[in-house]
Amino acid sequence: MRVRHTAAACTAAVLSLTLAACGGGDDTASPVPSEEVQEFPADSTMAQFADAGKIKVGTKFDQPLFGLKGLSGDPEGFDVEVAKLVAGKLGIEEDGIEFIESISKNRQDFLKNGTVDFIVATYTINAERDTEVDFAGPVVVAGQGILVKEGNPEGIEAAEDLNGKTVCSQEGSTSAKNITSMFPEATLKLLGGYAECADAMRDGTDGIVAVSTDDLILAGIAANNEGDFEVLDATFTEEPYGIGLPEGQEDFCEFVNEVIADAYENGELQKIFDETIGAVVERELEQPEPYGCDT
Amino acid sequence: MEAVVDNLDLLLEGFLRTLTLTALAATGALCLGTLVAAMRVSPLLPLRWAGTCYVESVRNTPLTVVFALAVFGLPKAGLGLTFFQFALLALTLYTGTFVAEAVRSGVNSVAPGQSEAARTLGMSFPQTLGLVILPQAFRNVIPPLASVFIALLKNSSIASAFGVAEATSRMGSLIEDNPSAVLWLLAAVALGYVVLALAASLLFSRLERSLAVAR
Repeated sequence: MRVRHTAAACTAAVLSLTLAACGGGDDTASPVPSEEVQEFPADSTMAQFADAGKIKVGTKFDQPLFGLKGLSGDPEGFDVEVAKLVAGKLGIEEDGIEFIESISKNRQDFLKNGTVDFIVATYTINAERDTEVDFAGPVVVAGQGILVKEGNPEGIEAAEDLNGKTVCSQEGSTSAKNITSMFPEATLKLLGGYAECADAMRDGTDGIVAVSTDDLILAGIAANNEGDFEVLDATFTEEPYGIGLPEGQEDFCEFVNEVIADAYENGELQKIFDETIGAVVERELEQPEPYGCDT
Repeated sequence: MEAVVDNLDLLLEGFLRTLTLTALAATGALCLGTLVAAMRVSPLLPLRWAGTCYVESVRNTPLTVVFALAVFGLPKAGLGLTFFQFALLALTLYTGTFVAEAVRSGVNSVAPGQSEAARTLGMSFPQTLGLVILPQAFRNVIPPLASVFIALLKNSSIASAFGVAEATSRMGSLIEDNPSAVLWLLAAVALGYVVLALAASLLFSRLERSLAVAR
């Protein structure tokens, strides 16, 4: 219960001052549960989690900046911190969170069969997915962008210029699908990951001149290879990253939306962003329009 | 189920690419492997040495690593090929080692009297090997070669992560498009591989029977 005391102390700071003041006194990167735990109606989904004191969260283990499990053994990144935030508001301490690796292909099934309780894993909200699972959020909105070699040697000005060019993306990703449907004249090459794509572009392998996926991910690659690549100012989709929930937990969905709204209001989300993705991309977050829980 | 039927053309296109990759790599590996096997049984020490080095280094490296070395390593050494050519190269080099070992075991299974007789007739080493030993050796190693080529067919799926739009890669894209049809798509692609592998088995058992000799 030691954490709870810190939490209470923190709450005072959050309410009276700013979150930055709280962060200053606390040298762990993760947000602490920053409110005394609210009471939930006895039959609510939240009450079940709160009573159990533990929760299973799906996240990616291989997505730099969002969810990356490194040698420390604990996943780190924006999605992981958002998950801790939500769990914290349920009154669940960090020890009670079990992170389960969820890759793009198994996210729906993990939610449907109860392998995880919710998923924060660069999970783009779309109508087709919404028929199988529910979404809270979006938490942030990314957009599919274009990474080219430094100096933009191909002179790609707008997304339409991808037509006729060879573009690299990740096998089995939404980004790859978008390229095929939006730029049918582009030649698409699929590799195992975006870092591989960037490497192949550096070498000009098989004519690759551009890499395309969500701008935040591209910015991370550009930052890791300083001076080699640049992200063009030409996003052509909106990728609202949501929190995936099993169907039929409307109360939990509303609750998560409230948590997100609060975290926007008191700056907690911006702080999480700055501490994770902020290392490579500076951005002032604005709360996106909630997707809505009634499905 | 609809996801499979609706995208049958895409899947078949993928399997065609798989088949092309496999057939070309199998041909290459058979030539390379036979050559290396010949080197490993030759009387010249440097040739034996070179053959052993190649087999032991490539055979003992995971195929994914061989692929990565080819696709991301060779361009840095100035060799620019397409992803398909890189995949073909990686698969040929890798499978060539297994073919070489299978053929070498076949060579060793031919009775020593055969090569002694050939030498007595005045045949050179290449003549002995090419006219007397290898034809008998191949006959003996058709079953293991079939296994090697079936493994090659399945190994070609690794090319999906290295820029080749073959069957497994198509499956990945289709699952992204139709997340609710995951099981159907997986099953369809698995079935495709099984059909191709069975066809290869059948071909090789025919070949084995037609080449069989009474001893």
